[in-house]
Amino acid sequence: MKNNFFTYTKKQSSNFIKNIYSNKVVLMFLILCIFGISTTGKPLTYTFSEVFSRFGRNAFLVLALIVPVIAGLGLNFGIVVGAIAAQIAIFFVVYWGFTGIGGLLLCVLICTPIAILFGYFVGVLYNKTKGSEMITGMVMAFFADGLYQFFFLFILGGIIPIKSDTLMIDGGVGVKNTIDLTGNLKYSLDNISMLILGRTILIIGFIIVLANLIIHKNNEGKKGNLLRLILIVALFGFTFLPFVSQFMGTDQLLLLDAVTIACILGIVYGLARIIYIKLIKKDKDGDINRFIAIIIVAIISYGLTYVPAIYAITKFVKLPVCTYATVILLCGFNRWLLSTRLGQNLRTVGQSRTVANSAGINVNKTRIIAMCISTVLAAWGQIIYLQNLGTFSTYGAHTMVGQYAIAALLVGGASVQKANSKHAILGVILFHTLFVVAPFSASNLFGSSLIGEYFRVFICFGVIAVSLAMHAWKTAIKPTAAKENK
Amino acid sequence: MNKTIKNIYQSIGLPRLIIFTFFIVVVIAAGFYDMDVVALMGNVLRRWGMYGILVLAMVPSIQCGNGPNFGVSVGIVCGLFGALVSIELDIANLAIFGGNEILGAWMSLLFAVVLSGVIAWFAGLGYGVLLNHVKGSEMTVSTYVGFSIIAFMNILWVTLPFSSGDIKWPIGGEGARNTISLSSSFSGILSNTLAFTIGDPETGLKVPTGLLLFFFLFCLIIYLFFKSKTGIAMSAAGANPNFAKASGINVNKMRILGTALSTTLGAIGIITYAQTFGFLQMYNAPLMMGFSCVAAVLIGGASTSRAKISNVIIGTFLFQGLLVVALPVANNVLSGTDLSDIMRMIISNGIIIYALTKSKGGATNEE
Repeated sequence: MKNNFFTYTKKQSSNFIKNIYSNKVVLMFLILCIFGISTTGKPLTYTFSEVFSRFGRNAFLVLALIVPVIAGLGLNFGIVVGAIAAQIAIFFVVYWGFTGIGGLLLCVLICTPIAILFGYFVGVLYNKTKGSEMITGMVMAFFADGLYQFFFLFILGGIIPIKSDTLMIDGGVGVKNTIDLTGNLKYSLDNISMLILGRTILIIGFIIVLANLIIHKNNEGKKGNLLRLILIVALFGFTFLPFVSQFMGTDQLLLLDAVTIACILGIVYGLARIIYIKLIKKDKDGDINRFIAIIIVAIISYGLTYVPAIYAITKFVKLPVCTYATVILLCGFNRWLLSTRLGQNLRTVGQSRTVANSAGINVNKTRIIAMCISTVLAAWGQIIYLQNLGTFSTYGAHTMVGQYAIAALLVGGASVQKANSKHAILGVILFHTLFVVAPFSASNLFGSSLIGEYFRVFICFGVIAVSLAMHAWKTAIKPTAAKENK
Repeated sequence: MNKTIKNIYQSIGLPRLIIFTFFIVVVIAAGFYDMDVVALMGNVLRRWGMYGILVLAMVPSIQCGNGPNFGVSVGIVCGLFGALVSIELDIANLAIFGGNEILGAWMSLLFAVVLSGVIAWFAGLGYGVLLNHVKGSEMTVSTYVGFSIIAFMNILWVTLPFSSGDIKWPIGGEGARNTISLSSSFSGILSNTLAFTIGDPETGLKVPTGLLLFFFLFCLIIYLFFKSKTGIAMSAAGANPNFAKASGINVNKMRILGTALSTTLGAIGIITYAQTFGFLQMYNAPLMMGFSCVAAVLIGGASTSRAKISNVIIGTFLFQGLLVVALPVANNVLSGTDLSDIMRMIISNGIIIYALTKSKGGATNEE
């Protein structure tokens, strides 16, 4: 068995190295990031806390790009439209004076139908321009930006009466350049304590399991469901223990605690699976290497927190739990979506529209659904972004959303046809690390922070240009393959 | 009768009809609001010549099969570089011109045009090779190549060691200024040549003859080029690559030539633009210029696969005319904020989307 585990490790690590090596973009950015971090002249704690806060802010938006890639629509430059939907909702919520989590939920409630409508329009437009979705998306984003500016500068106050001194330009027509979200929506998601989050999730889980139990009256799985119910109730009770509720009463989790919890959960999960496979199922051939690997990785990561430099970082960085939880939930959603019937349809359409069509899938409808999902997720992502940032720059907040999100996804190793949550997460970390360190490094190396500013913009545009060119280059080399993909 | 109207309608096309009607409405509205229509028209003529060559750069690119050149910024940065070198060397005030300001200005313009034209030609060759490798998604790639080159040149503008007082920041500051005055080199040299005023010298219609002649000269050159053997081969390569290949035309070479020509025209175009404007706009100013140029040629009646010189002349006039006249009118109707930029965004991007939905790329439906 030990031998088995060694071969497994060897295979996995060689796969990993091969992946990294074949993905030159990731490798290049890894090197750039390490070089950048080592030349910033800022303490590591600063860099990492910046990266972690930017991760929480941006990851959701990047994850919103995955569904269109799978559906064969390429990189969706049209997520700007989703961001616009979110900003319209935020404006009205701020204007009506809603605050806190209630205001945030109202934002979500308002922006979702708007985003679905926008997503539908974009989907129809993409269906009319099959094969050149990306350039259409790009141009459409600018077009939408024009309409948005028109709406915010002339319609609001001009046609729809808005009476507010803090929001409107003097004279009452047009919205001010920046809207301060402090005191109404700022940190409304970040500030939700773990206790509320955990209890909400448990209650939702309770309802789902209960509904499952009532709907499926047959005995199959009844025992498992009952067990789950008991587990949920037990956990719910667990949150009322004084030290637990005290620990979970805060909204920010120290990275050290987060790592510890993750390691413990990993070990428990690994052990449970091994026990389940070996002792309960008594499956001699059951593959447990994966779980052994998980346990070992968890132990090593926990051990690493005792390295002084890493310890300092983990003691310094605080994570907004709820925001991170939404990101994890979205990763789960993407995974779940692909396992459903709709997800299969999306994948088929992405592989070949001709095949999908002959298999009886309504290609146009599926593509529109993909766009609706992406636009709604982008809208939610923009709400998360703005509530974390705290200032809503009315005419600038959405303009670069598409560029940055796409660049981040591509940096993570995704391509025009292939993307998953791993690419998105890795990409956000690398891209934003570079974003944080570039100005400092440049001012250290060249004595000018301006170079760093321009360099990171160049990186953003450059990585998109290179990966688009590489994609087109590959498909041009294999014209038959290109035809299939179209 | 009905058929002729239909034919005329089809040859004009819906978007042009809308924009032309809009243009007329705006001009009438300008008169209605007691605005100085003559001065506005003078401005329209100026802008026509100012943007003309940049829009003309779209023609070779579309004709050789690359689609509208969103990456005309590659040419634009070459043009900016040529103009910067011309200022840096102070060509206008060289001793050999004997203090003759007009001769100096012409020479400095000529130097900038030739230098940037040569650089742009070679840059265009490389850019053309790249575009040959990405057949089928030239527009997407070229847009981002255009953005990247602007961002890259931003780094260069900051770091290049310029010493001319016109280019450097007056105190402190790194690299080149945001806007560089051309008053000591070739500002207005084309516009003022042979310029005349119709009617009263103060309020009459100013016609920038030299500028327009320069624009039409380039139109004529490109027109003649497309009547030549190489030009016809280039059009054929763009219209039907397989047929062109069968007729013994080197399609890839033609596409590279077309891109290089387009890039060179872009470089000359930005210099013409700058001499009319009086300033070189550095850094991110030319970022979205490619979109405006594409929109103008599409408004003129071009598609993403075919373009004519007449499309350029009509399109630039309509697009720029609309922007120039609509701005004061809009300010009068909706007092306050600047509407022109929003209008430019909506019209230019709207027309590009319209053209994309009509292009062949959208016709490959299996359903």
